[in-house]
Amino acid sequence: MTGLSLRQEIDRHIASNAAALAAARLGELWQKEASPSTAGFVVSRYERLRSCMSLLSHRAFILRSFTIEPVIPLLRAAAFVNGIDLIVQTGDFNAYAQEILDPASRLYQFEPDIGIWALQTRDIAPELWEQYADLSPAETTAIISRVVTLFRDLIQAFRSYSQAPLIVHTLEMPALASQGILDRQLEASQAAAVEQINSELRNLAKAHIGVYILDYDALIARHGRMRWYDERKWLVMRMPIAAEHLMDVANEWLRFVHPLVGKVCKVLVTDLDNTLWGGVVGEDGVEGIKVDSDYPGAAYRTLQRTMLDLYRRGIILAICSKNNLSDAMAVLESHQDMLLRPQHFAALRINWDDKVENLRAIAAELKVGIDTLAFLDDNPVERARVRAELPAVTVIELPDDPMGYAQALRNTPVFERLSLSNEDHERGHYYAEQRQRLELERNVASLEGFYEALQQEVKIAPVSSETLVRVAQLTQKTNQFNLTTRRYSEQQIAEMAASPNWGVYTLGVKDRFGDNGIVGVAISHDTEDVSEIDTFLLSCRVIGRTVETALLAFLVKQSRARGKTYLQGWFIPTKKNTPAKEFYSTHKFRLLTERGGETLWSVDVRDTEIACPPWIRLILSGEASAS
Amino acid sequence: MNISVCDRVQNICADVFALSIEQITPESSPQTISTWDSLQHLNLVLAIEQEFGTQFAPDEIAPRLSIQAIIDLLAAKLSPSDYSL
Repeated sequence: MTGLSLRQEIDRHIASNAAALAAARLGELWQKEASPSTAGFVVSRYERLRSCMSLLSHRAFILRSFTIEPVIPLLRAAAFVNGIDLIVQTGDFNAYAQEILDPASRLYQFEPDIGIWALQTRDIAPELWEQYADLSPAETTAIISRVVTLFRDLIQAFRSYSQAPLIVHTLEMPALASQGILDRQLEASQAAAVEQINSELRNLAKAHIGVYILDYDALIARHGRMRWYDERKWLVMRMPIAAEHLMDVANEWLRFVHPLVGKVCKVLVTDLDNTLWGGVVGEDGVEGIKVDSDYPGAAYRTLQRTMLDLYRRGIILAICSKNNLSDAMAVLESHQDMLLRPQHFAALRINWDDKVENLRAIAAELKVGIDTLAFLDDNPVERARVRAELPAVTVIELPDDPMGYAQALRNTPVFERLSLSNEDHERGHYYAEQRQRLELERNVASLEGFYEALQQEVKIAPVSSETLVRVAQLTQKTNQFNLTTRRYSEQQIAEMAASPNWGVYTLGVKDRFGDNGIVGVAISHDTEDVSEIDTFLLSCRVIGRTVETALLAFLVKQSRARGKTYLQGWFIPTKKNTPAKEFYSTHKFRLLTERGGETLWSVDVRDTEIACPPWIRLILSGEASAS
Repeated sequence: MNISVCDRVQNICADVFALSIEQITPESSPQTISTWDSLQHLNLVLAIEQEFGTQFAPDEIAPRLSIQAIIDLLAAKLSPSDYSL
C-alpha cells in the first residue's frame, strides 16, 4: 500500500470514528516513511484522535542554543505512534541561560514534565570550537572552568525552580581538531578539553536528582560525524543538523521520554527458530542450527548477547515458539554455543498453539499487563497478527537480514531505563523463585495454609537515599494494585520525604523462597486531624499475599500515634487498577464521598484497629519503629 | 507507480501544512496559506530535500516561493531520469 492510499484510508477511519484502526494505520505509515512531511500528517491526525484515545500526556520544554524546531514534529509523531501525547514548547533561540535563571520565565510557566537542554560546543564554548589554535593552556583552563561553572549554576537553578527531570546534551568534539593529528599528542588537546567539560557535566548530573546525560557526541559519532552537519543550513538558519539526521535526534530524545513517562516494557517474548538461532531445530536437528561465532550464526549469537544485556538490566525474558518442546529444550539446555539457557527465561510457551493466546497466557502467568510485553519474531506474518490482535503489545520490527536483528532490539526505546535499583539486577532470580511459589500454592490445601507455608517477613521503613530510586520507579510503573496511580519523580519523592507533614514508607517482603526486595510504597500526608493516604501501591509480584494489610495496619498505628482522628484515602479508578478496587471496603473503611467515579474512604483510627495478619512477621526499622 | 514531481510536492505541502491535497495548488504561496510562516518554510524545505535527495542553495530557499516556483527549482536540479513532470 502506498503512503498516499494509506493516508486516504486513515482519513476514512477518522471520518467514521474508528480511532483504533486509524491509530494502527498511522503506526504503519510512520514505520514505512518516518520523514518531516509524514510527521506533519501524523501529528495533525493524532491531534484529531487524541480526545477519543487513552494516550499518556506529557509536557516537554526544549531549551536550546540553535534552531531545533524541525525536530519537534518528528518527535511528536514518533511519540504519538508510541501512545504518548507529547506537548512540546521550545525556548527562545540561544536563551537557555535567561530562561533557566528567571523563575518567572516561559520555561517554568509551562510547568514541564520533562526538560531537554540541547546545546552545542560552538555556542557554549565558541573559543574551544573555532579558535583553539590561538589559545594558551592557561586560557583553555579558564574557558573550561567558565563553562563548567555555567553548567553548575544553571543545573542548580533549574533544580530549585522545577521538579521536572532534565536531560542535558554533552558537548560534541570537532570532526577534525584544529591542530590535526598533533592535537592528541599535545598536553593541552582540544579534544581533551571537550572531554573534560563532559566529564564534569557527568559529575554534576550525578550530584543532582533527576538530571540525566544525553551523550550527544556519541549520538553524532554513531551516525557519522562527517554526515551529521549541514553547514549551509547552519549559516542560513542556524540549524546545524542535516535533514536526514533530525529523526535521530528525535529518536534519542524518545529513548529518555519512554522511561520518564513510564511507557516501558517489562518482558521480552522471543521466538526461537530463525530468531534466537539460525535454522529450524525440528528439521535441521540440534547440531544443524546456526548460533556459533562465525557467519551466519554470529548474527543470532549477537542477538542473544543483546538479550542477555537486557536481562541484566532487569528485563524479563520469555519464549513463545511453535516447536516441539523436547527439540527446543535440547538446544536451550545443551547446545554448546547458546548464550541463553532455560534459567534466563521466566515463562516458556513452546507448543503449536496460537501465539496470540500464548502471549496472553505469558502475561497472566507473570502477573503483568499485556501492554508490558514486547514481541520479537522473525516471521512478519506473526508480527502482523500480534499487532492486529494485541495492539497493546510492542511488536519489534525486524529487518530481513538477521545481521540487523540485534541493532533493531537495541534501538527499541521501551527497554531503556534511567536508573537501576538492586531489584532490577536481581529480577531474573525473583521470577525463577516465583515459579516455585506457584507450585507451593498448588500443593497447599487452604489459603491460610499457603500464607503460613510462605513464612513471609515484612519490613517497613522510611524511604532512604538507597531506596529513593526504587520508590520513584514503583510509583511510575505500578498499575494494578495502585489506589491513586500518582506518578512521582525521584526529586518529588525526596522533597516529600524531607517535609514534616509527609511520610514515605517502603515495604520489603522476604519469604522462604527468597527476597522479593522492595515491593510496596505508602505515602501519607497529614493535615490537622486527618492523615491522607496519597499513594498506596503494591508490585504485582506480591499481590494476593496479604502484605498490603500489614502496610495498612502500620499506617493506622502511625496516624494514631501522631494524634490523628481519621485515616483517609482516595481510590482513583483506572483501566488497570481493579485489583485494588475493594481494598478500602474490605479493610473497615467507610465510603465518605464520591467525585466523578473517584471515591474517598475513611476510618476513625481512635477506635478501629486493623491487625497485621498473624502469618506475617513484621519488622519496623528506623523512624517507622519509633512511633 | 510513477508520480510526478508536481504531485509529490503537493503531497508534501499537504502533510506539512496539515491541509487536504485539494487545498494545495501550484499557485499556493505564503500569501495564500496562512500557516506558511518561516518555521513551516524550513520544515517544507527539509521535507522536500529529504523526499528528492537534493539540497537547495541558501539563496534558492531564502525567499518564500510559490509551489510552482519550488517545482521549477526542483526540475532544474533533478536529472530527467529522476522525475516525470
